[in-house]
Amino acid sequence: MFPVTLSGVRFQPNGRTVLDGVDLELHDEGITLVMGPNGAGKSVLLRTLCGLIEPSAGSLKWAGGARPEQGVMMVFQHPMMIRASVLENASLGLKPLGVSGAERRRRAAEILERVALADRAQESARHLSGGEQQRLALARAWLTRPRLLLLDEPTAALDPSATAEVERIIREIRTDGTRIVMTTHNLGQATRLGDDVIFMSAGRVREHTPVQRFFARPASEEARLFIQGELPWRMPL
Amino acid sequence: MSFTATFAEAFALIVSLDARVAEIVLLSIQVSGTAVVLGTFIGLPLGAMLAIGRWPGQQVGTVLVNALMGAPAVVIGVIVYLLLSRSGPFGHFGLLFSPTAMVIAQTVLVIPLMAAIARQVVEDAWQRYAEELRVMRFSWWHSLTTLLYDCRHSLLVAVLAGLGRAMSEVGAVMIVGGNIDGVTRVMTTAIALETSKGDLPLAIALGLVLISVILILNTIAHLMRAWAMKRYG
Repeated sequence: MFPVTLSGVRFQPNGRTVLDGVDLELHDEGITLVMGPNGAGKSVLLRTLCGLIEPSAGSLKWAGGARPEQGVMMVFQHPMMIRASVLENASLGLKPLGVSGAERRRRAAEILERVALADRAQESARHLSGGEQQRLALARAWLTRPRLLLLDEPTAALDPSATAEVERIIREIRTDGTRIVMTTHNLGQATRLGDDVIFMSAGRVREHTPVQRFFARPASEEARLFIQGELPWRMPL
Repeated sequence: MSFTATFAEAFALIVSLDARVAEIVLLSIQVSGTAVVLGTFIGLPLGAMLAIGRWPGQQVGTVLVNALMGAPAVVIGVIVYLLLSRSGPFGHFGLLFSPTAMVIAQTVLVIPLMAAIARQVVEDAWQRYAEELRVMRFSWWHSLTTLLYDCRHSLLVAVLAGLGRAMSEVGAVMIVGGNIDGVTRVMTTAIALETSKGDLPLAIALGLVLISVILILNTIAHLMRAWAMKRYG
């Protein structure tokens, strides 16, 4: 499955360029943070890796052939919560894998222990807080044992304690052998979690570098300004 | 007979559990209840099928379902009559002028309505969930069952609409049932007949029961939905 190689990947819906020739190689370990300003193409990159978006041009190659049917999962910023219990929502990812109902419930109960939601298993998933819903979505993805997990701003709009809990779970999933690629705007989170950073702007990968180097010596001027909190991409009207 | 006296007699028929009234009410509930159960098992999955994915004939199906939603009951009645009559393709079953024929006609009547409502409800959910279901590699069938399950409380509206249409229609059951006393006479056909005969107390008694049944079922459904929304969000 790894390395995953993107070569000259473009995505141009209705003539608008969202990804503009992305070249990238992802190896089989670690946590990669995708950073950059809004509209840089971060979420679209994740959707492309996940197979939700078909590139307009370029290639996406998985070691060993075609994109694996199973093994790639994605957790969205606002995860789906069906009108059912926390336990049912956690077990949802196992449904298409042909796992029996009893086994699904057993495994879901186990994973809920690991994300500290076991005591709320019978409650409605829609009554959970934003942080708890994100933990539940991570649990749902984790339960399918993905090789690659894509996280789209999993801690956006969460308070520090909820963020810390989500980060703990992300570390555990990584320790379990899952390769993680996630988008974030949180620079502190990047230093706490990340092994490497992909910095994007205007649909292009400006740099892909280890996290310490990215913050100590960013290669591009755009990245340097991004870290400093300046917004060079906001052109005066 | 005065207006007040007519209503007083109608109430007396209900309170005394008049055998004729009870028989007609029970048959109505059996026929319409069965039609709605069948309509639920056919119409809701059909609506969900039209809502998700893309397949040949989907657009045509959607237009057809929407158009048939408002089809006059008498037209449905005539079509089912032709199908079940001795010279029709299903004539050898001998179903015409039986409660089964009435169930068939009402089922045909409620399916488009229930499917159209289900399509709208499920399509809204599909637009929200499609990406995640695709990420989880949900098959078309798994997506359909999951969405129907998620929307189950909202789909009560479709079931209620079907029940309302089945119980209140008169044209289809009159044509395929024949309004035979003690065999195929239901509330709506009895009301029409008794009114034409001038037996207004019985017609009003049946009308009051009909409205009460629909009101009670709607109240139960409303309470169930309110409970479910509170429980599951």
